Amino acid sequence: MPEISDADLKALYRTMVMTRVFDQRMITLQRQGRLGFYLGSLGEEAASVGSAFALWAEDWIFPCYREQGAYLWRGVTVQEMAHQCYGNGLDYTKGRQMPVHYSFRHKNIVSISSPLTVQLPQAVGAAWAAKLRKDPIITLTYLGEGASSQGDFHVGLNFAGVYKTPTVFFLRNNGWAISTPREVQTASENFAMKANAYGFEGVLVDGNDLLAVIVATKRAADKARSGGGPTLIEAVTYRVGGHSTSDDPSVYRKDEEVKAWEAKDPIARFQRFLAKKGLWTPEWELEIQEACKAEVLAAAEAAEKAPAPAPETIFDDVFSDIPRFLQEQRAELMDSLQQSKEAR
Amino acid sequence: MPTMNIIQAVNDALRIQMAQDDRVVILGEDVGKFGGVFRATSGLQEQFGADRVVDCPLSEAGIMGTAIGMALYGLRPVPEMQFADFIYPAFDQIVNELAKYRYRSGGQYPCPVVVRTPYGGGIKGGHYHSQSNEAYWVQTPGLKVVIPSNPYDAKGLLLAAMRQDDPVIFMEPKRMYRAAKGDVPEGDYTLEIGKAKVVKEGKDITVLAYGSMVHTAMEALAKAEAEGIDAELIDLRSLVPLDIDTIIASVEKTGRVVIVQEAPKSAGFAAELIALINEHALLSLEAPIVRVTGWDTPFPYTLDLEYLPSADRVLQGMRKTLNF
Repeated sequence: MPEISDADLKALYRTMVMTRVFDQRMITLQRQGRLGFYLGSLGEEAASVGSAFALWAEDWIFPCYREQGAYLWRGVTVQEMAHQCYGNGLDYTKGRQMPVHYSFRHKNIVSISSPLTVQLPQAVGAAWAAKLRKDPIITLTYLGEGASSQGDFHVGLNFAGVYKTPTVFFLRNNGWAISTPREVQTASENFAMKANAYGFEGVLVDGNDLLAVIVATKRAADKARSGGGPTLIEAVTYRVGGHSTSDDPSVYRKDEEVKAWEAKDPIARFQRFLAKKGLWTPEWELEIQEACKAEVLAAAEAAEKAPAPAPETIFDDVFSDIPRFLQEQRAELMDSLQQSKEAR
Repeated sequence: MPTMNIIQAVNDALRIQMAQDDRVVILGEDVGKFGGVFRATSGLQEQFGADRVVDCPLSEAGIMGTAIGMALYGLRPVPEMQFADFIYPAFDQIVNELAKYRYRSGGQYPCPVVVRTPYGGGIKGGHYHSQSNEAYWVQTPGLKVVIPSNPYDAKGLLLAAMRQDDPVIFMEPKRMYRAAKGDVPEGDYTLEIGKAKVVKEGKDITVLAYGSMVHTAMEALAKAEAEGIDAELIDLRSLVPLDIDTIIASVEKTGRVVIVQEAPKSAGFAAELIALINEHALLSLEAPIVRVTGWDTPFPYTLDLEYLPSADRVLQGMRKTLNF
């Protein structure tokens, strides 16, 4: 059992609850046609919240796309996340990316890519840079088990092993890459063992056990920080929901399988642990559920009301300045919009 | 003023910038002890250490991906892709990641990486050591594309590239690496990225070229002069951003244009130049614009000189335009 204060234990629980409430609300909004798309993390809250808890705030996170819990633990607000999901004018990414493709520079969380696994060599590069600068920080990068089939998986682990970079690879084995089961991704007995081939340690952990995730990640982070090099953690968990709101998992998997995993729900499990310690009561549950729901509702409402990014911002941030050819194209767009407006 | 070739000029620029800015890191295959297969990084590891001039595993995707991570963290990586033909394993990292990072993060994460790569044919390199793939990069918003043709430009443009905040694909004409020699100031200087150079003024016809093709065009101009043709030659130096003013001023003066590129013809950069000239100076044109390019075939080994635009082909293109 790791040493965690009662206040932190309760905060961890609340963050998992908030993650679920946020996911559920966003999925509902998508079903109502108010949000274009969403990717939930139902059943994987312990993996994301626990791993983020084990890091320092200065450590950099290179996410995949089921790490809502990690952002919330870092202190990203549901409002900031809601703005991104709506792609409005208050979204840090200026409405340029699909929902869930966050980027939070102030929290050392880099941009999310739709292509899988590209973030692995990048996380290694950033860790390497930190090492060169003698900063005591590490990088942690998330991936799913499907991502291990990409070339960049090999590339990232190989570079990390060769240069002994302070990188933690956190692989959420949630059983399914859209409709493709784990067995189709690899003939290996597990994913953690793949680290052996790259000259460093692989660790297998129960991804639905918040405390086990914390212990494994903290060990890997401490090792990286003290010059011991990278670790690959495989957190075995389950994607209870669909891959995204565009997915229908009932087509390719059995209800019994999902039900069996629902019984291992990481939030319920941690709740039982807290109750035994006298830190959880039904009254407190009600209180935090209501508070989380109210905060998420308000955030979604504000995000929906916020104006879209201004059209001319399309041309910002392509380069560090706006070169003349883009200034001309910007003028062309604004002129065209003006003509359309006048014709109406 | 010392005389240098392009390799020496590149080496000099890297040395000056590394001494000045400890964020500059060179990554690549064989760039360390060996100094690169073309010796562009020769002596740099000795001077700056193995942490700053890093011999990498044989993996373009790894070199690019880690360079991006380094840049996000605040370093200034200058990866070397040993040949432009070998860049494709890193294509996703360049096109989807490097070029888009600033944009997709809403300006939160700049990604200042200068990717150096030798390109082009004429060295008996066959298909895998001869390609000119600049059009891919031009078609990728977020990348600057710089192609020097001589040592003076190579040094000044590379120094400028390493000092600005955007990703740059810096393509070095390997055929001219040692063949192009010239005076290069010893100290520090930069050239503005996005400024073309009028190599020779003329009034009859405008020839547009970049990289190794500037030298082919110069040969053609000498032959044309003997025939009484007074051609103007412009070295573009940078494709993104492009110096459209210099091009249009010349077209308005001469009314005739030949464009020389060694890349395949279809959808190449020459086609873009024609479109731009049509947009900006159609009424100044006295004849259709002629393209002299590589063929739409893979690059051949034995017939490499037949593949490449020759001075004769450029001259023939000029005559065709003038006799329209």
